[in-house]
Order: sequence, then structure tokens, then C-alpha cells
Amino acid sequence: MSTLSPTMKSSAEYTGGGRRRVMGVVFLALAAAIWLLFARTTQGEMVTTFTLNPGGSQANFPNLEFITLPVLQAIAFVCALLGGYQLVRGFGTRTNAILGLVAALFIFAFLSWVASGTSLNLAGLLRATLIRAVPITLGALSGILCERAGVVNIAIEGMMLTGAMVAAIFGSLYGLWVGLLAGVLAGALLAVVHAIFSIKYKTDQIVSGTVINIFSIGMSSFISAKYLAANRQLNNPGIFPDIQIPGLAEIPFIGPILFSHNVFFFSMLLFLALLHFGLFFTRWGLRLRSVGEHPKAADTLGINVFKTRYMAVILGGMMAGFGGAYFTLGSVGRFDDVMTAGRGFIGLAAMIFGNWNPFGAFGAGLLFGFADMLAARLAILGVRVASEFLLMAPYIATMIVLAGVVGRGQAPAADGQPYEKEGH
Amino acid sequence: MPPVLELKTITKRFPGVLANDRIDLSLERGEIHALLGENGAGKTTLMNILYGLYQPDEGEIFINGRQVQIHSPTDAINAGIGMVHQHFMLIPVFTVTENVMLGSESLKMGGILDRRAATERIRQISSAYGLEVDPDDYVRDLPVGVQQRVEIIKLLYREADILILDEPTAVLTPQEADELFKIMHSLTERGKSIIFITHKLREVLDIADRITVIRRGKVVGSTTPKQANQSKLAAMMVGREVDLSVHKRAFTPGADVLTVQNLKVGDDRGQIAVDDVSFTVRAGEVLGIAGVQGNGQTELVEALTGLRPALDGSVRLLNEDVTRANPRRITELGTAHIPEDRQRDGLVLSFPVADNLVLNTYYQRPFSKGAVLQQATIAKVAEERVNSFDIRTPSVDTSAASLSGGNQQKVIVARELSRPVKLVVASQPTRGLDVGSIEYIHGRLIESRDNGGAVLLVSSELDEIMQLSDRIAVIYRGKIVDVLSAQDASKEKVGLLMAGVVRTATAKKASLGVKPKPKAKASSKTKTSARKAAQKKKTSRAAKTTRRRKDS
Repeated sequence: MSTLSPTMKSSAEYTGGGRRRVMGVVFLALAAAIWLLFARTTQGEMVTTFTLNPGGSQANFPNLEFITLPVLQAIAFVCALLGGYQLVRGFGTRTNAILGLVAALFIFAFLSWVASGTSLNLAGLLRATLIRAVPITLGALSGILCERAGVVNIAIEGMMLTGAMVAAIFGSLYGLWVGLLAGVLAGALLAVVHAIFSIKYKTDQIVSGTVINIFSIGMSSFISAKYLAANRQLNNPGIFPDIQIPGLAEIPFIGPILFSHNVFFFSMLLFLALLHFGLFFTRWGLRLRSVGEHPKAADTLGINVFKTRYMAVILGGMMAGFGGAYFTLGSVGRFDDVMTAGRGFIGLAAMIFGNWNPFGAFGAGLLFGFADMLAARLAILGVRVASEFLLMAPYIATMIVLAGVVGRGQAPAADGQPYEKEGH
Repeated sequence: MPPVLELKTITKRFPGVLANDRIDLSLERGEIHALLGENGAGKTTLMNILYGLYQPDEGEIFINGRQVQIHSPTDAINAGIGMVHQHFMLIPVFTVTENVMLGSESLKMGGILDRRAATERIRQISSAYGLEVDPDDYVRDLPVGVQQRVEIIKLLYREADILILDEPTAVLTPQEADELFKIMHSLTERGKSIIFITHKLREVLDIADRITVIRRGKVVGSTTPKQANQSKLAAMMVGREVDLSVHKRAFTPGADVLTVQNLKVGDDRGQIAVDDVSFTVRAGEVLGIAGVQGNGQTELVEALTGLRPALDGSVRLLNEDVTRANPRRITELGTAHIPEDRQRDGLVLSFPVADNLVLNTYYQRPFSKGAVLQQATIAKVAEERVNSFDIRTPSVDTSAASLSGGNQQKVIVARELSRPVKLVVASQPTRGLDVGSIEYIHGRLIESRDNGGAVLLVSSELDEIMQLSDRIAVIYRGKIVDVLSAQDASKEKVGLLMAGVVRTATAKKASLGVKPKPKAKASSKTKTSARKAAQKKKTSRAAKTTRRRKDS
């Protein structure tokens, strides 16, 4: 059985050293950034105040107050320690968890610095991050459904936009739930188009996706300008109210952040868990993934590749339509031109960042949601750094992480490749 | 009792080709029936019809005497037919269990996978038939021989009684092939019937109970190993007498042509594929690099021909350092390259034969003047080469894509060897070719050697290596584990080296011209090889668990 020991010059072994060092340097760089950018520019007696009650909640929880400088210094020190250990010994398999910890510490340091001398509503920020992560995560889940089955779907943006508009119109006419259903069906309809193009006619999937995106922007802008502007009653669906989970919503600090949201947030959590379970623990998921990895193998085992792909793409479109409906029925309460503003594309980035795994994508969605939230808040806070740069920073960090630290993701092997059946 | 399987007058037409012409075939219970034929003879087409991947234009299929219609693989599976395809149908990122159960999953509560039940059944099958495999391993971590076992388990899991094995030994070492033959016998002992597709004569004589030979879509004859011998079978396959031996002049090596020292090359994923490799190839010599596919041969050849950067070490061609030279410079210094994948790296398929014949020299006189190609000259030279290299093509303007594999390879050989070359790098030069073309290309390679050229032959066909080489270097996991002279090399020895099982100390001395870097280490390695192997197994298991953790 000597042949059983496989080729074990494993990637972990060979690239491990390089990755370990890169990570260590990243940790140290973050520590240095905390020290130089934040601690050095903070006066000794300045106090940071974090409010731990989001606005409008009844729960009462005391504010978190501390003197900024020593906390910043302590955080920098901890990051440096972690970086040093990583350089010398390495955290091995826990490296990613430590990376998350360091990133969280860095963000906390940044917020402490921003709030030094004033107060910042921490609970509000966290809540807003979660809310902003909703459409991004839904977009990512849509992408995961399609790409795990081997169909690249860059039309998520367009499906969301169309879903948003259709949901607004039907929501205004027949009520919120009908609007939601209509949005989902609109996404599904576009997905059928994408599926026919890319599965039946084997068109380039990027081209098909782009066409759907351009069509959606043009069509929704046209309808919006031609009909919605003139008939206000067609564009006034209202929004789903927040649901307070009995008991849980009253928990101080955590309650309002996690358990007081509208139907979109809770659905997202449900879809997240369902998709994860479905993909990895059911026959449905095994077959779906097999079609995205090696369609020919699936075919020889009697799995209908085309049917499976149609199903996956249409489900993906429904997910995108649902995500689109969030904008009109869950957030704004009316349809505005191009209101999705690239969230579908960011969802795709979250999907890749999360390595085509639902929970990974949710983590990435939180990161992007945080960036998104900062974009909205920082202008109000009047931070001492050019706000444009602050807006860029999380994305720059993401790019660095994507390019160098996380390493190449594992895309499904047959992602984007039309399946050609032989001999018929 | 009727035969387990009977095919009657199966006919399949593809546009312009009669792939199967009224083929009759029967298979008895517990029999290994070899289907012998050259590439393109129609063996795989026939089996794809049987497995429901193609629909026959005419003909009938009987199983246990009852006529059946097979429209899809599902029908075939239900009829008890299973097929191990030439290219494995396994999903690398799935575990063995997931791969085996896919399509006929064990379920609990409606749609939830019951991995434990499936794993249990796989364990039962694997112990019943001697198919050792760990159901929890990821397929991507398994060597090819074990992957093949997974494929066979897939069929047994579906309770197939008729097993079709399509060129199963193409990717195996001789030892792995022997292992497979044992497994095949244990299958037939338990009442399974096997159709064994191959073009390797020796294997057929070793293992088959009956042999059916197919040529150009027609059954040309049936025989048994007792009545047949290699040359008889070859003649049936090709339709004429074939000379299976290679005639070459006495071995008189000259000066060093290619000197490789401590070469390190990475693969596409950034892992080390060629690890500290040193060897020389001399004028008038064929150095064969033997090894199972995927042990660094591709990367080695790409590094030598300038297609892939070397990470470390040096490559010298006739005293010029070409370690980081570009392909054109290496070509101009007198290297001919017959690449592994002829369709991807050897030809521009959509170009006409004529253009393909001058791809390496088109920019030189007389093929171009300044920036202008001299089409008339190119066409004239192409005609000459088509004649002298016996390339069967309607015209030199035909696109390379429409030629047969053998003729495509001849175009490459004609292009590469039609100018004075010092070194020929031939990578899997006869893979997938018919006996006639193999004969021809072997002749051309030996001609280069006899005329004082240096030939580096990379092949996973052990027969080919043994026939042509003056010295044999065995590559395993990116390292040259040994270099043997042709006299010292036996098939068994090379096979064991290819499997990474032994490294012989005596053979070390025969490695003329090779300077192993850490000398002391090399000798101690032989003594501790057993211990090391055990250690390697342990570390590999550790690495596997960490990887698994990462995946989850």
C-alpha cells in the first residue's frame, strides 16, 4: 500500500512559511498604524464615549467611557504581540481567526479615535452594519446558488434593481407582501432569461449578465421617469415594520442590535442557514455542487445537468429579487433611479471573499456593510481625515486581504463553462 | 444460459465517419473480454453507446437474453452496466464517499445525506473486493491508482454486473496495473463480467479470457490469448505486419548537449513541481525520463523549453546558459520541442497545415522578407515536408484541426526536425497514437540520435522508454530518484522507482554525468528509506487533517 501515501508536498507546507510571514507583517503594520495614526494624534486626557443604546430603543444600558490614549496604546501593543508571535511561531490553523481578531481590534481602535472628545453610538453603528450587510449578503447568496452550479451570474445587480422597482409598484398597488412576491418573481424572470442564454444557447455568461444589467438600468429608469414620477401613488409602498423578537429584543445592548429588525434581516439569516445546510448536507446540494464542479461526471451518474443548472439559476434570481425588494420595501419606501448602487456587484465580491460559502459570504458582507455604513456616518461625524479616503480604506484593505493574505479561493471548477452534451 | 450481454449489429455514424459498422459482441458471465483496437477504431464509441451516452443508429442490445433500450446513463445503471471512463469522472473537492454516492445517495429524512450509511457500504465493498481506500479522503489527495479504485467502487455501489473499463492502465504504473489486474480477477470470481478496452497488446494477453479486435469501426476478428501472440494481434489491429522492435546503432555518446543542474520549478499553484533536479543529455544519446503522469515532467519540459521560469538552478545548452532564455532563443540554439499536448501547445489548430509547418521559422528567410510572409515559398516547403514525413492531409491548406491525431503529431515532428537540431525534447510523443504512427515517430527520434543529436524523451509509457532510451532517469514527486543505464534497467525495477517504492544504491553509480548535490545524504537515504516512508505517511496524514479543518 505504498502507493496510498499521496503527494504530500502540500501547499500548506510550501506556501505556509510565506503566508505566515505575510500575516505577521500585516498584524505588525496594523499595530504600527494604530500607534502612529491614532495614538500619536490623541491628547492624553481625551475621553471616548460609546453610547450602547441604539436610538429609539427602550432598553437602557450605561454608556461606555474611557480615556482614549491608554486604550489605543494597549490595543497597539496586543496587535504587535500577536504579530510577533505570528512571525516567530505562527498560529497555524487559527491564523484566520486571529486575523479577524486583529481586524476587529483595529476597527475598535479607529472608532475610539474617532469618538475621542465626543461620543459615538456604538450600538447604532453595529446595528447599521448588520442592516447594510443584508442586501450584500442576499446578493452573495444569489451568486453562490448560481456559481456553485457552474453558471456565472453577474446580472445580480440588474436582477436586484428590477426586483426593487417591481416590488415598489406592486407593493403600492396590492400591499407589501404582494410587492415582495412580485419582486422575487421579477428576479426569477430575469434569471430564466440568463439561464436560457447561458445554458441552452451557451452564450458567454458575462455578456448575458451584462446585457441584463444594462437592460435593467434602462428599463427601470424609463418606467420610473415615465410613470412613477407622474403617478406618485404607484411608488409609495411603505416599508415592512421592525419585528421585536419577544424576550430577546429586551436584552440590553445585544437585543436592539440583533433582535429588532424587519422581515428582510431575519429572512437573510434563515436563507443563510438553509443554503448552508442545503448545499453541504442534502442530496439537492451534493448534486448542485457536482454540476458546478464536473458536469460530465454528474451526467454519467444520471444527474440532469441542464435541469439542475436551470433550477439553481432561477433560485439565484429569486434570491436577487428578494434582495432587490429590500431596497424599496425594507429600507427606503420608494423606488429611486439606480438605487441598488452596485450592491449586487459588492455581493459578488463578498461571495468570492467568502470562498463560495454562505457563512463566509456573510462575514464578507458584514465587512462591506461596515464600510458602507461608515460611508454614511463619517461625513456627519466630521472626522479629521478626508472622508473620501476613509471611504476607500476598507475596500483597499479588502483588496490587500484578497490578493495576498487569504490566498486564492476555490471557485467551482466548472464555473462559467457551458455544458456540452456529446453524441446527440 | 444466454450471455450476460449481447450487442447485435450496432452501427453509429458521425458526420463523415462510420464509427461503428455492424458490430457484434457478446460477454459471458465471469469473463474478461478485451476490446482491442487503435485509437479511433471505435471502441470508446461502442462503449458510450452501451452506457447510454450515444444513441446507436442501428442495432440491438440484449442483457441476460432480454432486449433493452439504453437512452441515458441512468438506463445503463439500471440495467446493471457501469463504466470507468478513460478520464476519471471524479470530483476532486468531494470525498470518496460523496463521489461514490453521487447520483444514488443514501438518504435519511427525505433529502438529507446519510454519509455514515454510505461510508459503511463503501467499507464493505472495499473489503469484499480488496479495493483499499479510505472513504473520508478527498479525491484530490489520492494517487491515480486509488482514484481508479474509487471509480470501480462507484460501479459496485450501484450493483453493476457488467463493468466497462476504458483504457484503465493508461495512467497507472506497472505495479498499479498488476494491482488492478488482481482486482479484476477478484471481480470476475464473484460473477461480475468485464469489458476491458485497451490498445496495449501485452496486457490483453496477460489478462483477457477472450479478445475482440476492432479496426475502423468493424470487428476484424475474435481470438483468445492462447491462440494469439503480440505480432498477430498487432497485425489484426493495424491491418498489416508491424515491426514492433526498434533498430538503433550502437551507443556512442558524445559531448554534453544539455546540462541541468539543481533545477527547481514551480507549478501553477506555486508548489514545487521539479525539485532540485540534475542531469545531462549527451550527443548521440536518448535519455528517457520515466514517471507516472503529474510527477513534474510537464513543468520540467516547460522550464527546459523556456515556457516556464525556473525558480533555482541552471540549464545549459551547448555551453550557453539558457536558464531564463525565452523560447525563441532556445529554439534558435537548436532545440526541437515536441510538446505533451499537441493540440494546445504544438499546433494552431485553426491554421492550415502549411502555416503550422513553419511556426518556428516563419520570421526567417526564405519564409519572410522583412515583414512580409512569402506564401509561395511556405507552400512549396510545406508540400515537400508533407511528402517526406508522410503526413496524410488533403492539402497543405487544410486546417490542422481536421487531421487525425497521428498526422497532427507528424506535422509537429516535421516542423521540429526539418532543421538542424542539437537537442530534441519529446514529451509523450506517441500518446494516443496508432501503432503505425508510433512506429514512424520512434523511427524519427532514433534517426536524430543516430545522427548525433541529443534526445530527451519524457514518457509515461514504460514500454516506450525501455525501447528507445540509452539511459533512463526516473522522476517521482519532482525528484530524479535514480538514473539507470539501459542494460541495468528492468521493467520491474523502473516500475518500482516510478511508484516511489525503492531507490537502489547500485544504480546510483550508473548515473553517469549526474552530480547529486548532497552526496552524504544520498547514501544514507537508502538505508532509512523504510523509516522515511513511514514518516512520510504520518506527515501526510497530519497535513490532510489540517487541510480538512481548513475546508470546514
